[in-house]
Amino acid sequence: MKILKTLLVTAAISVAMMATAQAETKKIALVVKALGIGFFEAANKGAQEAAKELGDVEVIYTGPTTTTAEGQIEVINSLIAQKVDAIAVSANDTNALVPALKKAMDRGIKVISWDSGVAPEGRLMHLNPSSNPLIGNMIIKLAADNLPEGGDVAVLSATATSTNQNVWIEEMNKVLGNYKGINVVATVYGDDLADKSYRETQGLIQSHPNLKAIIAPTSVGIVAAAQAVTDAGKIGQINVTGLGLPSEMAGHVKSGASKSFAIWNPIDLGYSATMIANDLIGGAEAKPGAELKMGRMGTVKLDDKNEGAMADPFVYDASNVEEFAKIF
Amino acid sequence: MKLLLKNREMLLVVAIIALLVLIAVRFPPFVAPGNLANVYNDTSILIILALGQMAVILTRCIDLSMAANLALSGMAAAMLNAAFPGLPVPLIILVAVALGAALGSINGLLVWKLDIPPIVVTLGTLTIYRGLIFLLSGGAWINAHQMSDAFKALPRATLLGFPLLSWLSLVIIAIMVVVMRRTPLGRAFFALGGNPHAAVYTGIDVGRTRFLAYCLSGTLAGLSGYLWVSRYAVAYVDIAAGFELDIIAACVIGGVSIAGGIGSVGGAVLGALFLGVIKNALPVINISPFAQMAISGMVIIIAVAVNARAEKRKGRVILRKAEAAHG
Repeated sequence: MKILKTLLVTAAISVAMMATAQAETKKIALVVKALGIGFFEAANKGAQEAAKELGDVEVIYTGPTTTTAEGQIEVINSLIAQKVDAIAVSANDTNALVPALKKAMDRGIKVISWDSGVAPEGRLMHLNPSSNPLIGNMIIKLAADNLPEGGDVAVLSATATSTNQNVWIEEMNKVLGNYKGINVVATVYGDDLADKSYRETQGLIQSHPNLKAIIAPTSVGIVAAAQAVTDAGKIGQINVTGLGLPSEMAGHVKSGASKSFAIWNPIDLGYSATMIANDLIGGAEAKPGAELKMGRMGTVKLDDKNEGAMADPFVYDASNVEEFAKIF
Repeated sequence: MKLLLKNREMLLVVAIIALLVLIAVRFPPFVAPGNLANVYNDTSILIILALGQMAVILTRCIDLSMAANLALSGMAAAMLNAAFPGLPVPLIILVAVALGAALGSINGLLVWKLDIPPIVVTLGTLTIYRGLIFLLSGGAWINAHQMSDAFKALPRATLLGFPLLSWLSLVIIAIMVVVMRRTPLGRAFFALGGNPHAAVYTGIDVGRTRFLAYCLSGTLAGLSGYLWVSRYAVAYVDIAAGFELDIIAACVIGGVSIAGGIGSVGGAVLGALFLGVIKNALPVINISPFAQMAISGMVIIIAVAVNARAEKRKGRVILRKAEAAHG
């Protein structure tokens, strides 16, 4: 009985708290690197979607006109003066924003960073668009999804020493066993140079006649590989996939050189950042191991550095690439 | 001396053939005629650039800004095409060439009128031109779907079975042979590089000749800018980054003396082809990417070493000739 009573009381209190919270709209500021950048305009679209869904949230989309830390500090100071409830920032500088953001947190404003993070002391949590294991899995999945019977695939990376790509390829190799019949026959390096990547792709086409897919987890490489496959007349035989930007890949998806590729979805990112900010305003605590709510995106689990990964990279194909090409 | 240069070119031909044999052992399809044509086509842009660089190096100067010039002209061509897709491609090429020539003439004027060391001038303009691309494009890419089909099709169009890009480089080689061998300007390049003081006494304007050499290299870089951007169907700030070193390496391998005055069109072309064969072969013969860099570097050093020996011998020959004349 006692337990039931406690539960009821707790429920009543939380209902009461929610009611008071609902009485006035919560102001969440989405601070971006600079205004007028397609990627961030799209993030704002997602944030507005979240605000609409939540009902009692007003999203203030703001940022400097150029990508400077000074500009962002000014913006943050004015947001503190406006007494917003939360700030979600994509930072131009990891450390420079920390003092201003600390000041905001001292005044009870919930601060999170997303996309481009700030140092841990300047925010409650950081939202990464994805994580290395998720990316590694996605790039091989993109190739495997178009190869139901399996086949030879090759990786065209950036330089042999680039950390990001090496980690992703390592993560890819870990989950390779889950994709039956997919053989990674070679890993070559285009050094993020268009001409070298093009030549390496030509080399792959020559030395692996049965090649079915090329995975390029780099934006220069994927474009160059798609062009090389097109010029070699191998569209339909070799599918180029990996990580790229819709605006850069739209033509190659249209031509069929690339069936699909992946990268973060800025709309989802803005949506999730707003949802997390709302969750924190509502009393959720950002600590290692905590799970924060992101609405339709599920939940994000924080690691020991209070960072979390939003989701798998978003897949772009002929059905949506044109729409996103206008954004970023 | 002519005989020696001929020998040197023969030496390069032999080296390229030996290289092809070595590659064929590991990967036979590489030496199929169709693939060799592809390798030539891939090397075309490097050949065109190496010929421009050769003219500059002959006059005891150097042009480090060629790749940046290429990138800026290429970006301008791509942006022009993206903004006005209806503009005829020859006009766009003309703009790229003119812009390249103008950028080259800036180098030339600084070397000529202000007498600044060429390496400093072109190191400076290299950075400036790269910076200008950023200002021009705002850091944005011009992508395949933003370029018109005609813009991308020109270097790929085939004539008598070969791509237009290959034909164009052959035309440039022919023009350069005529310029170097049959015009006063070509002879002025050699005379000035061989002995600037003596050249002055023969009535050659040293500064003006250098200026023209830079204009030539700039023009060819501008042309290459269009070719590069349409071949790879993408333009961004960093295209051809570091390519200036490949251009100079092609010249050095081809026997163009960094000290000026020595070199030939055939040598520069063969030097570029030598590099082109290596660049195209390394991906198919399955060598670690770290070894690839080391191999490229070693080849250049060996070429310079051979070059140095060749120049030494030349000195002796002249002495002997002089002695013979006295005797």
